[in-house]
Amino acid sequence: MSSSVKAPEPNTLETPADTGRKSALHTLMRDPQAVISAGILIVIVLLGLLAPLLTEHGPNHSSLDAVNAAPGTEGYLLGGDKSGRDIFARLLNSVNTSVVSALIGASIALAIGVTFGLVGGYFGRRVRGLTEWVFSLIMTFPGLLLLIVLLPVTDGDYRATMMIFGVLLSPGIYRLVRNLVVGVSKELYVDAARVSGLPDRRILSRHVLSVVRGPIVIAAAFLSGSSIAVQSGLAFLGIGSNEVASFGAMIADGFTNLYEEPLQFVWPSLFLGVMTASLVLLGNALRDALEGGRPKASDVVGARSRPAPAAGAANTAATSTASGLLVVEDLTIAYPAPSGELTEVVSGVNLSLEAGETLGLVGESGSGKTQTAFATLGVLPPEATITRGSIRLDGRELLGLAETELRKVRGTSIAYVPQEPMSNLDPSFTVGSQLVEGVRAATTLSRSEARERVLALLQRVGIPDPRRTFDSYPHQISGGMAQRVLIAGAVASRPLLLIADEPTTALDVTVQAEILDLLRDLQKDLNMAVLLVTHNFGVVADSCDRVAVMRQGEIVETGSTEELFSRPSHSYTRMLLDSILDDGAVRTDGPADAVASDSSSAVPDTEAS
Amino acid sequence: MTTPLLDVTDLRVSYPGRGLRARPHEVLHGVSLHVREGETLGLVGESGSGKTTIGRAVLGLAKPSGGRVLFQDQDITHVPPKARRSLARDIQVVFQDPYTSLNPSLTIGDILSEPLVVRGASGSDARTRVRELLDHVGLPANASARLPREFSGGQRQRVAIARALAPKPRLIVCDEPVSALDLSTQTRVLDLFIDIQRRTGVSYLFVSHDLSVIRHISHRVTVLYRGDVVETGPADRITSAPEHAYTQALLLAAPVADPIRQRERRSERLRLASLEPCETKAN
Amino acid sequence: MITYVLRRLGTGLVLAVLVTLITFLLLGTSFDDVAGTLLGSGATPESIQAQKAHMGLDRPVLTQYADWLSHAVRGDLGASYFTAEPVRSAITARLGVTLSVVLAALLFTAVISVALGVLAASRGGAVDRVAQGASLIGFLVPNLLIAIALVYLLAIKLKWLPATGYTPFAEDPGSWATSIAIPVAALMVPGIANLSAQIRGAMIGELRKDYVRTLRTRGVPTRSIVLRHALRNAAGPALTVLSLEFVQMLGGALIIEKVFALPGFGSYAFDASLQGDVPIIMGITLFGVLLVVCVNLAVDLVNGWLNPKARIH
Repeated sequence: MSSSVKAPEPNTLETPADTGRKSALHTLMRDPQAVISAGILIVIVLLGLLAPLLTEHGPNHSSLDAVNAAPGTEGYLLGGDKSGRDIFARLLNSVNTSVVSALIGASIALAIGVTFGLVGGYFGRRVRGLTEWVFSLIMTFPGLLLLIVLLPVTDGDYRATMMIFGVLLSPGIYRLVRNLVVGVSKELYVDAARVSGLPDRRILSRHVLSVVRGPIVIAAAFLSGSSIAVQSGLAFLGIGSNEVASFGAMIADGFTNLYEEPLQFVWPSLFLGVMTASLVLLGNALRDALEGGRPKASDVVGARSRPAPAAGAANTAATSTASGLLVVEDLTIAYPAPSGELTEVVSGVNLSLEAGETLGLVGESGSGKTQTAFATLGVLPPEATITRGSIRLDGRELLGLAETELRKVRGTSIAYVPQEPMSNLDPSFTVGSQLVEGVRAATTLSRSEARERVLALLQRVGIPDPRRTFDSYPHQISGGMAQRVLIAGAVASRPLLLIADEPTTALDVTVQAEILDLLRDLQKDLNMAVLLVTHNFGVVADSCDRVAVMRQGEIVETGSTEELFSRPSHSYTRMLLDSILDDGAVRTDGPADAVASDSSSAVPDTEAS
Repeated sequence: MTTPLLDVTDLRVSYPGRGLRARPHEVLHGVSLHVREGETLGLVGESGSGKTTIGRAVLGLAKPSGGRVLFQDQDITHVPPKARRSLARDIQVVFQDPYTSLNPSLTIGDILSEPLVVRGASGSDARTRVRELLDHVGLPANASARLPREFSGGQRQRVAIARALAPKPRLIVCDEPVSALDLSTQTRVLDLFIDIQRRTGVSYLFVSHDLSVIRHISHRVTVLYRGDVVETGPADRITSAPEHAYTQALLLAAPVADPIRQRERRSERLRLASLEPCETKAN
Repeated sequence: MITYVLRRLGTGLVLAVLVTLITFLLLGTSFDDVAGTLLGSGATPESIQAQKAHMGLDRPVLTQYADWLSHAVRGDLGASYFTAEPVRSAITARLGVTLSVVLAALLFTAVISVALGVLAASRGGAVDRVAQGASLIGFLVPNLLIAIALVYLLAIKLKWLPATGYTPFAEDPGSWATSIAIPVAALMVPGIANLSAQIRGAMIGELRKDYVRTLRTRGVPTRSIVLRHALRNAAGPALTVLSLEFVQMLGGALIIEKVFALPGFGSYAFDASLQGDVPIIMGITLFGVLLVVCVNLAVDLVNGWLNPKARIH
């Protein structure tokens, strides 16, 4: 993951301090969806609570005079139904039924699910095994079937039914909480809390529950919604006591009377629809506020350069004197900031690279070196925009090429070796089939020819048993082997240019040396140009002919490797070189004198003894 | 000769295998080492060497299956949770990843004062102490009210160091504490570690995969390979003239930031590798 | 592999026994009412006791359950208290109706959700907003109202499809299809809302992974990256959701069958429950659990095929 986009790190100490815990509530208050849906719910619930004051009749009081009474009839605000009952009174009482159903269903599901989720997630395997088994048992119950089957037991009381329904909903909450808790308890900060001497109880309440809180609030909204829907569904079927006013029963009555008095059907449907919809919308708004929004989908093909690059390229080509296999000129990449403006992460980068040459692109995190590499490959993330510049390979402008054109270039002329070997292999396919697919996409070879080529390549990159590795899945091979596999995939079509993004950072140092040797050998064999992105000056010294140093999206210095190490011209380069912990930096002072320094400690002891 | 602060003898740790009937997988096969008062013992090794597990066993986060861990002459190999909590005064930790080692929803002030409050410090005492700790690690006093996400990696690591210093420990286990940091930040944080040690006399068990980091901070170095100690000795000897072939390979494999010397080093490494082809090709 | 399937089936049987046991224990509290219902309005406490003794309902509940279980193992699920119709043949006769509705709904849910989710995740922009809007409506509107709206629109207003009733497949495949069309559609809507959102999320996650970028740099076509690689990796979690949807639909089918007067085992279960017809309730519970066990096993096997790490050797 470390090769993913790193946003430029803001100067954090200058940001205002009150972006803290209040922010979730704050966002919520400013989200119209949350405010409106919560407002509607409050109004409806209040109407229900005030039912005795607002209506003249009880929900079950029927009067022959009121049969199908028109709306507005004295004492019957919305008219009467076919049994002569007050529709308004029945509506408000149905609200109460729904609210009680939601409270019972959601609170039972939450009480059971959260308790056991915390227990099952935090404590060891044995406890979890048991809770896991019990909840998968509950999950296997076909919920509604059970509700119906147990009708003789619940005796038609909707509250008992909702209790059972709450139990049936609890596995979902259990799984949610358990997964969150298992995730949290693997976090280093929980380990740190244990080392700090915090008891389990406190860790659970302070560190674990705080993570679980948000998702629980969200889940409560959805649970309430489905409880209401199920209760009215059952009432629609005529399950439960006739004495209890319910939207479902009202809809069923209205449905039979649809042609004569359509309003009798519309009112309860409207109330029911508005209540559940408000709960779902409120849940979604809560999710956005507490979990920072859902991921946005975007076109796979991703970033395109913004200006018509052909025109820009023609200009620069005319004025530039640079030549070489790869020429990058004035490359500028921007990302949209939360405010919507574009923030440049790479600004006006110029690079050139000859065939057979290795150029090191060096910088610290956030310097834009990986972004530059991705732009050259044409695989920037979809949010990125190339605002200006030109990238030419062998004289051909790459910016502005259609994806299909670019794909041909990528398969045959430019290749890529990533940082993290494991995450760059598809876990579901064998190593061999992934490599064969790449070879066949780039060439016209048949399946068996491609297979032969891949096996030969695996041999070439130093894999001891190519056939076995060919048939292995990525998780069955070591990190070093996986990196060799990726190198084989990269050089399969004898590219002109190899872009290696921190190719050894994730590897052990002994493996790193071997991979660097391999890359150097392959470069000689194939006369490739290599753009080597790295933060490690040892790797630069080992492998690069020339170096470009990047800082905050700009190249501060370019030169031959030997020159750069012996006579760095930019102060930033000098600072970086000075930071290197070299052989000379052996620690010279002896162990601190514990007793003496203890008394002179700058940190007084404020602990209660 | 005084007794060491931490004395680990023949430590073995196994993790349960996956699945019900899988055999446990032993990651440490009897490791012995010790850390003296005010001293840094560097623990270097590659992935799978068990270096992190040693730290976790000392902290009580991993259960030893054999051997003994003595701290100030007291056996802490298998201490019950309650006694372990009182040990927290003396043994602390700084983890590798500054992004996940701080709870994202707590302010820096809460993170630092929590262990103090649990031990019964009053609110105002804890606040005073937090201010001192922040000053100690070079962070401004107003950092207290902010959340971890407002800080850079290096600053977060300073917070983690302040948290470790809070109870005035005798020993801090440092698990790759600078590996996730940029080069220039790395040096500054390492210097902070050294500075704190000089001022307070705390001991470090310093785990890293990077020999140059180990060389910079350690008095003595222990080299691990696949769960066994390969060699132990003074930092300058281990990192310049190691005796064991594995340490030599490790030393030669790390490229030096000097093109000319690196060329020599590479040919030396290739010469050695051709002599003992099986030693470094293990991966 | 075979031992794995056998072991899973074994745990499935244990599960079936437990679920039926719990159901039976819960039902045990209502035996008085059953006897009362059978005797009609003239029942006295004495005659109810006599009736219970006659039916064996006065024995300890566990004994009765053991009795039921020993018969069930031999394939005898007893007969209805009220009609004396054998339960097993009654259920198998109705199973076809329920299964055709549920499986058709499940199939369409899967196909439509994959199409919607994949399109939304890989195209973004307007396509994504339309797909998300559609899925939101499925969440927002209660299932009951959707069913009623479908009947009103398709059957009553447009008269394209019959509102109620069922034609067996063997009789006339065309009428069979139209007779289950509305019930299937009503069952599908919430499932699609849920599953397409799940697939969209999983696909977005997959398409942002490193291996997608690497495949692109090798010149692999976008279509293959989306459909072969990302979808396969996103399918695992989606399958789990699909198996939960199956449980939901099986329950939903009960209501739907009642609404549309389909002679499936949902409406059968309904009437039996209202009367307290214990043998039918037990038979239906058993069939329901066995169905769920089989579907879960199938889902796990497909999952193992999709995900080499979870594969059982």
